[in-house]
Amino acid sequence: MILFLSDFNVIKPDFGLIFWTTVIFGLFWLLVGKFAFGPIKEALRKREGDIQDAIDQAAKAREEMANLKAENEKILAEARAERSQILKDAKEAGAATVEDAKNKAKEEAQRIVNNAKNEIENQKKAAVAELKNMTGQMAITIAEKVLSKELDKSGEQEKLVNTLIDEIKLN
Amino acid sequence: MRRYLICLIYTLAFTFGAAAQDHSGHNHDHSGHDHSHHGHDHAGHNHGSHEGHNHSTGCGAHAHEFDPGALAIHHIGDANVYSIGPLNIPLPCILYNKDLGWKVFMSSKFGIGHHGDGHYAIDGYVLDGGSVKRVQDASFPMGKVEVNGFIHGKDESGKFMSSVCYNETLYSLDAKSTADGGIFGGGITSFYDLSITKNVTAMLIVCFLLGLAFFGAAKKYRNNAGKAPSGLQNLLEVFIVFIRDEVAKPFLGHHWAKFLPFLLAIFFFIVGLNLFGQIPFLGGANATGNLAVTMVLAIFAFIVTNINGNAHYWKHLLLAEGTPSFVKPILIPVEILGLFIKPLTLMLRLFANITAGHMVIIIFVSFIFIFGQSGANPVGGYGAAIGSTLLTMFMMAIELIVAFVQAFVFTILTASYLGAATEEAH
Repeated sequence: MILFLSDFNVIKPDFGLIFWTTVIFGLFWLLVGKFAFGPIKEALRKREGDIQDAIDQAAKAREEMANLKAENEKILAEARAERSQILKDAKEAGAATVEDAKNKAKEEAQRIVNNAKNEIENQKKAAVAELKNMTGQMAITIAEKVLSKELDKSGEQEKLVNTLIDEIKLN
Repeated sequence: MRRYLICLIYTLAFTFGAAAQDHSGHNHDHSGHDHSHHGHDHAGHNHGSHEGHNHSTGCGAHAHEFDPGALAIHHIGDANVYSIGPLNIPLPCILYNKDLGWKVFMSSKFGIGHHGDGHYAIDGYVLDGGSVKRVQDASFPMGKVEVNGFIHGKDESGKFMSSVCYNETLYSLDAKSTADGGIFGGGITSFYDLSITKNVTAMLIVCFLLGLAFFGAAKKYRNNAGKAPSGLQNLLEVFIVFIRDEVAKPFLGHHWAKFLPFLLAIFFFIVGLNLFGQIPFLGGANATGNLAVTMVLAIFAFIVTNINGNAHYWKHLLLAEGTPSFVKPILIPVEILGLFIKPLTLMLRLFANITAGHMVIIIFVSFIFIFGQSGANPVGGYGAAIGSTLLTMFMMAIELIVAFVQAFVFTILTASYLGAATEEAH
């Protein structure tokens, strides 16, 4: 029993230590509990709330994003359809314009050709008229010549007229 | 791997150094004081054969023999002086005696010598092994007188006794009053000691540091609201969140917020003191290994539990509702006993775990002196130093776990008692 030759005083709760432990632990609990653990507890609770909120908000934002994307796609599809419609319309319009131009050109060409034909006809008529005039003139000239020869012989006159007429026929 | 080896070598070297120093210290001490100290063992045996306590004359030099048990008990005990290595920091003594009234002075007035033994008696008070004691004999001179060492032993009934040597005469000493009612050899004596002892100092330091840490953290939470935690705040938050989510919420349900500060205060107070007591070369204040401290903590837990007990709890406890009536006479006393056994186990578990851990470490270190035969057998001493260093390192690692585990166990059990007291009827 060597052990108990010394004073095993840790097992004897002495009044001083009881008193001071009560005071110190009581004060520690009161002060640190009230002014540190309390606010820390609240801060942690608040932060957890904030984190939860942030997560919820992120989920909400993601959902909104998905909605927005769907909407965007819809708009894009619509735009694409519209574009192809416009292209189609433009092509059609272009084709119509070309066709129209072609027709117009044809008509113009026809008109020009007709004008030319008319001109030719006119010119021909003028030329014929001139020819007729010239023929008349020649006839007159011949007649003059015939008339001048008439004074010489009447047989000769006839011969000459026949010759002249043959000449005209040849022409 | 190499790092561990270097650490180990340093530790071994340190142990050798410490052993050598301690050894020389003992020698020095012996040459210095002829009449005093260390005679724990021999003196005890001698003392048993003394006729009376007061006027025996064999108050001379005593042979020194190493007693690891006495060393361990001396080191885990409370003291009126804070010893760190060779440094004896005096602490305030607040003493009360019916005839003398209150006496307040610093323990340096005792002239603290080796092993916390005082060289002087002040108004009949002496410092024996770091603890204030009082001379029983009323004829002992008042004021400051020189004394010549202490002798320890057992009286006829096997009760531990110590005596002081003054003027070639032995005077029996009273230890301070304790609240064990004589069960453990204490009881009410001639004086009360309300001093700021080593354990009180440790509690003050630990509470100051914890306060500093927590007020700092709380300030950070306030100022950096909405920002990520940083530094010490992170470390504390791990424990706070652990206690909240693993202890408070599962046991207390929606009452958790009300009791969380109490549970945190209990946990950090215990873990802080446990860790503070384990810092090597810092006096090793053993507050949570002292029954007075654990008793107060258990009483706090008991009071908080029963103040918050609801009608359902008390009905269950005092009427044993829902049990057949013939069981009630057995069950109700058991429940009432359980009410007191719960805090009693809280008190004893923490005390026993911490005290045992400290004692084992001291005993391991003592192997060096036992095998070395106090310097007579250096080979044995150095051999034991290697073994005991390894054992002590292992034990300190275990104690580090125990420091947290016991604080956690105390907190979780308190929470479970609180949970039982506040649980609504289902």
